[in-house]
Amino acid sequence: MASSTSHDLSHAPSVIQMKAVNKWFGQFHVLTDINLDVKQGERIVICGPSGSGKSTLIRCINRLEEHQQGDIVVHGVTLSNDVKNIETIRREVGMVFQSFNLFPHLTILDNLTLAPIWVKKMPKREAEEIAMSLLKRVRIPEQANKYPGQLSGGQQQRVAIARALCMRPKIMLFDEPTSALDPEMVKEVLDVMIELAKEGMTMLCVTHEMGFARAVADRVIFMDRGEIVEQNEPEEFFAHPKNERTKTFLGQILHH
Amino acid sequence: MADIPAGEQRRQLAPPVDHTGVLGWIRKNLFSSWGNGITTIVLLAAILWLLNWFVDWAILRAVWTAPGGSACRGHGACWALIHEKYRLIFFGTYPYEQQWRPLLAVAVMLAVLIASGDRRMWNKRLLAIWGIGSFATFLLMLGQISIPLGLILFVALGIGGLGMLLRGTVADAAEINGWRALAAVGALGLILRVIGVLPGWSLDIAPFSYVETGLWGGIPVTIILASYGLLFAFPLGILLALGRRSQLPAVKGLCVGYIELIRGVPLISLLIMASVMLPLFMPQGVSFDKFLRAQVAIILFAAAYIAEIIRGGLQSLPKGQFEAADAMGLNYVQKTTLIILPQALRVVIPPLVNTFIGFFKGTSLVLIIGIFDFLNAANQAMVDPNWAGFPGEVYLFAAFVYFCFCFSMSRYAKWLEVELNRGTRR
Repeated sequence: MASSTSHDLSHAPSVIQMKAVNKWFGQFHVLTDINLDVKQGERIVICGPSGSGKSTLIRCINRLEEHQQGDIVVHGVTLSNDVKNIETIRREVGMVFQSFNLFPHLTILDNLTLAPIWVKKMPKREAEEIAMSLLKRVRIPEQANKYPGQLSGGQQQRVAIARALCMRPKIMLFDEPTSALDPEMVKEVLDVMIELAKEGMTMLCVTHEMGFARAVADRVIFMDRGEIVEQNEPEEFFAHPKNERTKTFLGQILHH
Repeated sequence: MADIPAGEQRRQLAPPVDHTGVLGWIRKNLFSSWGNGITTIVLLAAILWLLNWFVDWAILRAVWTAPGGSACRGHGACWALIHEKYRLIFFGTYPYEQQWRPLLAVAVMLAVLIASGDRRMWNKRLLAIWGIGSFATFLLMLGQISIPLGLILFVALGIGGLGMLLRGTVADAAEINGWRALAAVGALGLILRVIGVLPGWSLDIAPFSYVETGLWGGIPVTIILASYGLLFAFPLGILLALGRRSQLPAVKGLCVGYIELIRGVPLISLLIMASVMLPLFMPQGVSFDKFLRAQVAIILFAAAYIAEIIRGGLQSLPKGQFEAADAMGLNYVQKTTLIILPQALRVVIPPLVNTFIGFFKGTSLVLIIGIFDFLNAANQAMVDPNWAGFPGEVYLFAAFVYFCFCFSMSRYAKWLEVELNRGTRR
């Protein structure tokens, strides 16, 4: 697939469609009329102030949060209360969390092979081969038999990415993957994500790493108070933000 | 640290040396003021006086062997009573010449319990240890065991079903077919047995003379009631704890109701219900063994407490663990058995051992329905008019035995807490 920032997506099929999605936490309207169409291979960065609904938006895609109005279709499967549909979608959508969420009682290798073995019913040997090749890709094969607690934050997050990739997902969701990391570890995680983006993975990434957005994003989405306020290609987005709220936000995070 | 030349060791300062020593410690902690000094001297004198009295009574003037209680009068502690009655205290009314059997059963149970305390055994081996140990214990205690065909079929169905449920998604075709075959044989056999095609055959194992549970007593009763009470309460407690967190209102309501109801009544009332009221509801001619009824009451009681402990463990897990498991596409059973329970149970093992200590002592309440556990057997030793008048010695001895058990369990719990918190844990 394309290796530069702008690759042609006009003919790519759409893999996620969100139509008029609304969600409330109690009385609080956390998502307001979200319409979003994600093409196959598209890399989207979502940014915005805290509490703007960015995380909730991507967590709705794999049903960690339930939306109350509107439709979400992932790979042709409509999200509803049907458990079968939810499990089908979760098998194809990988997720990386801010706090890694590795399983502390399992070794790194077991963390990676768990889902392929139990969800995909893959033979153990095959799952371990895939796991080792992915650990090599995130550059920590030597940690395979350690426990998560023995690894640094950056290493844990790379393991978490490898764990999600083990299921061979078609879409990857990143929920602030570098926010819990010490500054010197942010780069090692971003490098892995950039590599992944260059291989053509469909990615939705909630992050404040604007360098990452400039380097790989096809589209940057700015959210505020539960709405998608503005979206554009990264160069245009950063150079000529149109909405006042976008300008204020960019001013806050870029010039300090 | 920027001013440290490269390649040179950073100078480490040793901590200041404490010159105070033993005398300094005594001065600082016991005689820091006139008031403290006087208190120390008075308390020390009181302790020495008590100790002197106790040693004099319990050892120096004690009577170790005597033909009867009257020989003890005017002397110190009458340990002769314990010497005379220890078999009654330890084994109750179990037939005298057969008492090597409960002794051996206790040894087996203790071996099983000690083996269960070893972390390296916490896998399939533990099931085997408990299976074999339980069989040996009950064969020794009862002398004869008769296993009806129906029970064998039921166990086959249970094991096959569990295998299908837990191994369903990982096992290869041959293994799954094995589980299915086992479950099918069990189910088919049970149906045939119920409609009367299969005869009421049973497997009899009878190496010793039969001793009914009514004659059991003493330390084996205490150990069996406490161990099996907790053992069977454990899975029930897990289900109750999971049910209490369920999204389904009916399941949740049932579990909350059960837990709160059981925790709201004393164990004694539950024991009385099991022994007096339950038979009233049973159809004519059907009756359960009294010992079994007490055991069931203890299991039901303990389950509610264990459920609350496990709920604490479940709540201690970060939400992210549940979300990560969900996001991977694991279903509820997989998420619970692979991710949630292994972590939650690890957290609650030390409090579970504490619960076990509580139930070990709490089982003496079975006196109320006429079962003689260790404490009640000791009580029995005082009834003999020939040895009347020495309750202190008997209770002191019973307390000492309880203390040995409970103190070693509490040391174990403490050790385990340290052991579980190092190494792999964050």
